[in-house]
Amino acid sequence: MARKESSSTSWRKTDDLASRPWTGRVREYDLLKELTIGVVVVGLLVLGVSAFLGSPDEPSVSLKSWASAAPADFVATATKELAGTSDTAGYGPPYNATPDVSQKIGPLDLQSLSGVRLPVDTANDFVVGPLEASPSPPAALAEWKAATDQQHSDWAAAYSDALAAAPDNDPSKVAAGAYGPVPALTGSLLEMARSGALDGVLQGGGNFYNMDYTRSLLFLGDGGYFPDLAASQHLSGDQWGVMNETGDTPGQSWLWLFSLLYQVEPFKSSPSVDALAVFTMLVLTALLTLLPFIPGLRSLPRRLPVHRLIWKDYYRNR
Amino acid sequence: MPGWLVAGVATVGAGTYLGWDGFTIQLGNLIVIVAMLVLFVLALVLPFPGGKGRK
Amino acid sequence: MTAPTKPTHSVPVQDDDAHTWTGKARRWMLGKLPPDKLLPEDQPSYVMSWAYVFGMGAIASLLWIIVSGVVLGLNGPQWYHVSSLGSFINSTHLWSVELFFMFMVVHLWLKFWMAAWRGGRALTWITGMVSFVVSIVAAFTGYLLQTNFDSQWIAFEAKDALNAVGVGAWFNVTNVGQLFVWHITLLPLAVGAVVVLHVLLVRVHGVVPPLEAAGSDAQLHDSDPAPSQTLPPVTAQESTKAGGAA
Repeated sequence: MARKESSSTSWRKTDDLASRPWTGRVREYDLLKELTIGVVVVGLLVLGVSAFLGSPDEPSVSLKSWASAAPADFVATATKELAGTSDTAGYGPPYNATPDVSQKIGPLDLQSLSGVRLPVDTANDFVVGPLEASPSPPAALAEWKAATDQQHSDWAAAYSDALAAAPDNDPSKVAAGAYGPVPALTGSLLEMARSGALDGVLQGGGNFYNMDYTRSLLFLGDGGYFPDLAASQHLSGDQWGVMNETGDTPGQSWLWLFSLLYQVEPFKSSPSVDALAVFTMLVLTALLTLLPFIPGLRSLPRRLPVHRLIWKDYYRNR
Repeated sequence: MPGWLVAGVATVGAGTYLGWDGFTIQLGNLIVIVAMLVLFVLALVLPFPGGKGRK
Repeated sequence: MTAPTKPTHSVPVQDDDAHTWTGKARRWMLGKLPPDKLLPEDQPSYVMSWAYVFGMGAIASLLWIIVSGVVLGLNGPQWYHVSSLGSFINSTHLWSVELFFMFMVVHLWLKFWMAAWRGGRALTWITGMVSFVVSIVAAFTGYLLQTNFDSQWIAFEAKDALNAVGVGAWFNVTNVGQLFVWHITLLPLAVGAVVVLHVLLVRVHGVVPPLEAAGSDAQLHDSDPAPSQTLPPVTAQESTKAGGAA
């Protein structure tokens, strides 16, 4: 019989050696014993590494800790929520219907697919509502509610600019101006946050049980304090943050390629960076999954013979 | 290579990061990745104990 | 049931006249994977490399992930923040996950260089990749359930990726209640199911022979019949399964 080498790397089931059951030499092999040994060895490894290295547990940030640590940032954020100029206010679906802000892949606007399914009205949900629910709602609330939407945004925008111009962005050092009830409202909200009451009110949303942290997280993220904390831990998107963990513990290193996309063009400066990154990863993952069907890529193992090392015993004894 | 590592080490907060230009990698992640590469190479070159008798 | 049926045997028989769904399913399953192929006592001689331990390592790690995860879950999400035993179990959950991915990725690299999809094994490769992807999603939801600063930040960032592709309203990563269902129930079941399917496919097709193996190779001609055959006499369907654990 002529020596018939099977070097094809096609996936197809043909008549070659790879497609037929092995009829050659075998070795004794105890599957369950090997599995048991594996479980024990890995178990010991897990216990050992855990005992030595532990795991990180950075305490969560609350609205109280934010208001206490960075009151100027808190007040500025609350003002933006009233003005409708915060990131959340301008996010678009699923939180609100702000036009022309969704991310797109070419002409495809997937972000708008769901519509406004998780509605968030930043002024009412983050500021006015919680203040109304507080034990002593500020009198300024009446003035706010009696005013028009245009007055709302005029006051809040003016105060927002004034805060940005004030030394240290300190609300107490703001220049005089026509801000309406905004300083009083944001000041009250700050006190409410500092007391700890705002955490419960904003998180609970009027319910006893609530495991939906959407509002609390959106409000936190609209400020500078929370994102700055993340940046100090190298967790921001432009710091390869997606694959990092707090401290020295390894994070999700398998997300390296996804992280990488956020560091390079055309992703980095695109307003649709997330949509593009997700789409790219889906395509690349599909390609890797369907690798057996991709000529060229699938013949790489034949052209770069790493297998000669794996099966060196076999090739030596043929 | 050692020079690069030493020059790039920056301890911020509790994390140790190495890097230059736009590329930073956490020490923990780097160790994991290097460990995987080492395991890969070892799997290729380490001799495997002989078969438990042929049937 | 009034139709005449064969008396049941304790040893599975090739019943070509199976006429019920159950009987036909059994016949198909036993044809694909008879018991001695599912749990063999030998393996092809070319399975002689440390390269073959990583799949097993990944499965062993998965077992420890589940065990530590069950303990964490049963003690409630706040336990590990306040208890030193809880913190230790949390560490074991984290490190078994790191080991799981390390073994799985090295396994993937090795399987690529072995071109392990050859000979009709495309689905084995595909299920392997699917278990990788589903595991990544499972790990992601796990990181979201840490109920600490890290999970706050991950939720805040990840919502952008999910909202950008339109699924964020349903897969709401800031809703911890929802995440528990994903991480503790749906995704472990999915990982388990795909891994089981993957392993069964390996048993069905056998471990892929070396690249460039040839019909004239010594290891193909030195074979002795494997001793542990408990199957009944060879039928037409059995003739392709001579020897070995292929």
